[in-house]
Amino acid sequence: MDLLKSIAESLEHGDDERVHALVTEAVAAGLPAGDVLNQGLIAGMGVVGEQFRLREIFLPDVLLAARAMYAGLDVLKPLLARDGVPTAGTVVIGSVQGDLHDIGKNLVGIMLKGAGFEVVDLGNDVAPERFVDAAARSGAAVIGLSALLTTTMSVMKDVVDLVKARGLKARVIVGGAPVSEAFAKDIGADAYGFDAANAVDRVKALAAGA
Amino acid sequence: MKWTVEWTAAASTPDWNQVLRSQGLPEGEALPTRLVGLVDAAFERYLALAEPRAILGFVEPDVFAGIYRGEGLNSHETPLESIVPRASRLALFVATVGQRLSAEIGDLFARHQPAAGYMLDAVASEAADGLAYAAGRELLARLQDAGELANGARVLPYSPGYCGWHVSGQRKLFAFLGPETIGVTLNQSCLMQPLKSVSGVLVVGDSATHRVHPTYSFCDHCGTKQCRERMASVK
Ligand code: B1M
Repeated sequence: MDLLKSIAESLEHGDDERVHALVTEAVAAGLPAGDVLNQGLIAGMGVVGEQFRLREIFLPDVLLAARAMYAGLDVLKPLLARDGVPTAGTVVIGSVQGDLHDIGKNLVGIMLKGAGFEVVDLGNDVAPERFVDAAARSGAAVIGLSALLTTTMSVMKDVVDLVKARGLKARVIVGGAPVSEAFAKDIGADAYGFDAANAVDRVKALAAGA
Repeated sequence: MKWTVEWTAAASTPDWNQVLRSQGLPEGEALPTRLVGLVDAAFERYLALAEPRAILGFVEPDVFAGIYRGEGLNSHETPLESIVPRASRLALFVATVGQRLSAEIGDLFARHQPAAGYMLDAVASEAADGLAYAAGRELLARLQDAGELANGARVLPYSPGYCGWHVSGQRKLFAFLGPETIGVTLNQSCLMQPLKSVSGVLVVGDSATHRVHPTYSFCDHCGTKQCRERMASVK
């Protein structure tokens, strides 16, 4: 148990080498990979997300924590696959067609992975069909759309409409500097995330069927 | 007249503190060694991979008016409509930090190094943004050398996508400048490739030339209010 706590704490401090070593130790000690993931890595990332939301830490701290998370995941990935440990769900993300701004979208992706989601990142300038096809293929519970240009926000509605037209179960969350809760409602999206930490909360709720 | 400019990677490197500020880190914050390492590594990669260059071209006001109208998708009233008639010179520009950086950023994410990828993205984005201003300095130097620079002349870049100038305006801008010669192309969605590229018009004039009142229809939705800082910078 203490080992899992140490993993979480080292992750919070962004100490990737120590996280790697502790996860290796935990696995060698026979701890189930799912426990190391959930009670070690994801628990640590949860604290980081909360501190970021409260503005107690800053973006670069989140990046260091994410790096530590990946260091632990490198050890765990094959074992999680072997043990058939389920992820928190699959999320397809991308910057919408006509938009290259992907820094915010990348951050959302990093934090979703930190929360245990499988993330299919389609990159930028993504056409509505690609979002919908990828969601159908991967069985994604959620599609996450990012837009930074006022001229590309309208594409978000095209994606929402296409999801409905194709009868997909995936829920849609939108975000990005010019996007708002009211806009999300207007276009029929299921949620709006105002920043990366908030996006994770909203995706969790959507994936849980809220 | 059109001309190209190449900078060294070092000359285009953004300010260390500015990159951290753009990531929301307050000034004067004590930084953990690991973070310093992450940022330093991003700057090293930037220096190794950046290929900063630009193409510039003088444009007459009547020709610019056609380019600015673009495909008729601009907002109803825009600041440039009042700024341009006050300008003493106009030059179009496209600038890029090159493709190798975008490739490296993509690679870092693909190799599960998101922190390194993200930080390099931040440095390269800041640098790309800075090239619009570097192109402006280049233009002033050229006018100075030709003895055509009026006292108190100031330059600011204005870009499609900002302040009511629709991004589709880049099609005519590209047709005029031909930035393919420096490796920049425009795709069907009006996105520039390489991604870390910027385009626009450099407006030369006295500080009053650049003065506008941010009360346009789109100002309400603007999250940046950068125009205030920009106007202050040319006072
Ligand atoms: C799925 O659920 C969710 C939930 C939450 C989500 C979400 C999804 N997605 C985002 N969020 C939210 O969470 C994130 C983290 O908390 C947040 O994400 P953000 O992305 O908002 O925040 C990031 C962490 C940091 N923010 C950013 O990364 C964006 C910063 C600004 C300065 C910016 C940058 C850096 C860049 N740009 Co561009 N750029 C601007 C931006 C101005 C600004 N201050 O916003 C903006 C967006 N750019 C603009 C423009 C016009 C352009 N840019 C361009 C270029 C660039 C750079 C290359 C210099 C660089 C690229 C960055 C990149 N790779 O993404 C050009 C296009 C280039 C091309 N290749 O075609 C060009 C078209 C200009 C030109 N003609 O040259 C403007 C858009 C105007 C508008 N309202 O439509 C702009 C607002 C600048 C301005 N001052 O006006 C939230 O919004």
